[in-house]
Amino acid sequence: MDLSFLAIQALNGLASASSLFITACGLTLVFGVTRIVNFAHGSLYMIGAYTAATLVPWLLELSFGPVTFWAGILVSALVVGLIGVLIEVLLLRRIYGAPELFQLLATFGVVLVVQDLVVQVFGPQDILGPRAPGLRQPVEILGRRFPSYELVLIAAGPVVLGLVWLLLRKTRFGVLVRAATQDREMVASLGVNQALLFTGTLFLGAFLAGLGGALQIPRVAANTGMDLSIIAESFVVTVVGGMGSVPGAFLAALIIGQLQAFGILIFPKGTLVVVFLLMAVVLAVRPFGLFGRPEVIGGTHAVGIASRKPQRNGMIWGIGIVALLACLPLVADQYLLKVATEILIFGLFAFSLQILIGVGGLVSFGHAAFFGLGAYGAALGVKWLGAPMEAALPLGLVLAGAGAALIGAFVVRLSGIYLAMMTLAAAQILYAVAFQWVDVTGGDNGIVGVWPSAWASGQSAYYLLTLTLVAATVFLLKRLIDAPFGYALRAARDSESRAEAIGLKVRRHRWLAFVVSGAAAGMAGGIYAFSRGSVDPSLLGIPTSVDALTMLLLGGIQTVTGPLVGAGVLHALRDQIMPLTSLWRLLLGLSIIAMVLIFPRGLVGTIRHWREERA
Amino acid sequence: MTAPLLDVANLTAAYGHAQVLFGLSFQLHPGEVVALVGRNGAGKTTTLKAIMGLVTATADRLAFRQTSLLGLPTYRIARVGLGYVPEDRRVFTDLTVDENLEVGRKAARAGVSPWTPERLFDLFPNLAEMRGRRGNQMSGGEQQMLTIARTLMGNPDAILLDEPSEGIAPVIVQMMAGAIRAMKAEGVAVLLSEQNWAFAAGISDRACVIERGEIRFQGSMEALMADAELRADTLGV
Repeated sequence: MDLSFLAIQALNGLASASSLFITACGLTLVFGVTRIVNFAHGSLYMIGAYTAATLVPWLLELSFGPVTFWAGILVSALVVGLIGVLIEVLLLRRIYGAPELFQLLATFGVVLVVQDLVVQVFGPQDILGPRAPGLRQPVEILGRRFPSYELVLIAAGPVVLGLVWLLLRKTRFGVLVRAATQDREMVASLGVNQALLFTGTLFLGAFLAGLGGALQIPRVAANTGMDLSIIAESFVVTVVGGMGSVPGAFLAALIIGQLQAFGILIFPKGTLVVVFLLMAVVLAVRPFGLFGRPEVIGGTHAVGIASRKPQRNGMIWGIGIVALLACLPLVADQYLLKVATEILIFGLFAFSLQILIGVGGLVSFGHAAFFGLGAYGAALGVKWLGAPMEAALPLGLVLAGAGAALIGAFVVRLSGIYLAMMTLAAAQILYAVAFQWVDVTGGDNGIVGVWPSAWASGQSAYYLLTLTLVAATVFLLKRLIDAPFGYALRAARDSESRAEAIGLKVRRHRWLAFVVSGAAAGMAGGIYAFSRGSVDPSLLGIPTSVDALTMLLLGGIQTVTGPLVGAGVLHALRDQIMPLTSLWRLLLGLSIIAMVLIFPRGLVGTIRHWREERA
Repeated sequence: MTAPLLDVANLTAAYGHAQVLFGLSFQLHPGEVVALVGRNGAGKTTTLKAIMGLVTATADRLAFRQTSLLGLPTYRIARVGLGYVPEDRRVFTDLTVDENLEVGRKAARAGVSPWTPERLFDLFPNLAEMRGRRGNQMSGGEQQMLTIARTLMGNPDAILLDEPSEGIAPVIVQMMAGAIRAMKAEGVAVLLSEQNWAFAAGISDRACVIERGEIRFQGSMEALMADAELRADTLGV
């Protein structure tokens, strides 16, 4: 490893840092003003890449030259900026006052919609853009060849930083943006039309995302996976830098770029882990990032289940429903039983999340971590220890509980959006481990041959086993919600400082909630692994976390039984509709957005609201 | 008497289910200083917030220069010509004095000589020496001056001042009184909420005494000064 090699590595790091900064800068600006963490920012980046990869070759046909190339990049970014305006006017404007969880979910709905639309508009194949005219020859640096386009990228980051700095410091728009970042109500009281300010900010943010994507076309083929990979990295950059801070994002991007460039030499399979570990360490030391500051105004407004009188018939209803479900194998065929088994599993998964969100007010965006840990724990037990199902299931539960204890210890120091980001990062770390540690986890292929013991291998038997385990766990969790522990969590959810003032150890309660909830999700994951016979990294992915959140939203976040109903309805719908259409994600995305906008109480919540209205 | 600038009739307001204002009616005329006085929690701040559209309010009439403010978003209310200075000051701490003033800048109506930073620095000489300083490096009194100057940059016809004398040094309170008189001299009407009775009495033309969300007394400052019994009962002074 000589000096010139290290220099080239450092330059590579700078180039990726630049690209990352340009995109993340837009995200942090939008968050600073609107207080919305825009999940769809990665989708805007992807649209930028696809647009440029399609538009630039077409323009080069007309007139070949560097000017055409760069004009094409700029036009693509402008187009994306306009799409950002559209998203602001149609969606974001309606949810500025909504709880964080709803904002995250709604913008994730946009992610799903865009994923299907991109395939419809640009086709399913990856598109590699042309190389930039005039920059096709590599340059020689310390005797090594280095792509000259990368040098342009390295310069682009600081240039964008400079321009954004000028915009924020020297223009009225910039001054207003900075003022609104701090106190929106005061800005309105001074007669500033915030709607225009917000739309302008979204345009700028989306433009930067589009620019970041468009600049990638000579390096990376535009593909349908780039939205979630860039958004995860952008989250890390903005969180490490401090949300809303542009210089913070620049510094964080530099650190992460170098960490990736050199990390790949030391841990060739651990680059993703290294990046997310950085985020975990920074947040543990500085809970608001390098340049961020504690939220002064507003703070979190959690939504959660309300306290109400325990229903005397609740127990009887519960037993009755379980008894009915237990009779299902008498009438249902194999397929229906399989679906019912999965519904029960996801019901438990969503219910375990309700402990954190509905009871604790802790918006976990990485609940897949515990589901996946449970599944992998069970599968690894089978593969490496030769454990039977009876031993592997508890193993998964213990692994998930232990993971939750570790993650929870970091996370309970945080609140609001930082907590959501940290849990997301934790799940992404585990996803990266499962994906990259091929020798142990089987990588992308996962682990197969995870079958139940002989006595439980029939569809009916496994269904009944699942029902027993799920019913017992839900019963225990329900008892916990109604116990002083649950009341303490709810008190802390509604007012952390008051809960502490009456002597509750808020952090310890929250940590315990993480352990309990994680273990229950792990139980669900373990049962799921044995029901499918295999595990793979997607169990730990962002879409799995969002599945649980969607079930919660659909059923009703303010209700105890909501998650169970939501799991049933969502899974049944998916089962019915998915085979009929290639646009399932589009439909799901639109449904999530619609639920947030017009139906935020969820199914159970709405029914109860009607009944209370009539009473 | 001239037509009122601000005309409030039967104003009510609530935070959630807790009603705070129970039908307030009063008027503010051009160039006049009116003090809302009353004990802590009487509803003074809420009255100002309700006028600015910052809390949900109902009224038979809530109009500024004959334009109804009911249902307007806050920024539109500010643009009609109403300035608002909240009690907790809320300067933009990351922004310099000049930038804070820039946020407040709005064009003046035709025929009115607009406020400029220079004219405001005549009013608040302390600010002139710290134009490049950030809000978070200023004392409470300096922040209070800055918020008033910032609001004046919008060239309002009337300004709502919430507790301008709260938590600042006596010498600055004196300066604040001078500033309010200067605004009045410029033709800006002032509606101020105040607990500092001496301060309010020294600068106001009229007073409204608010008690538990209702107006107990409304009239000239002289009349309130004369009625010792009412003052002792409602204000404790």
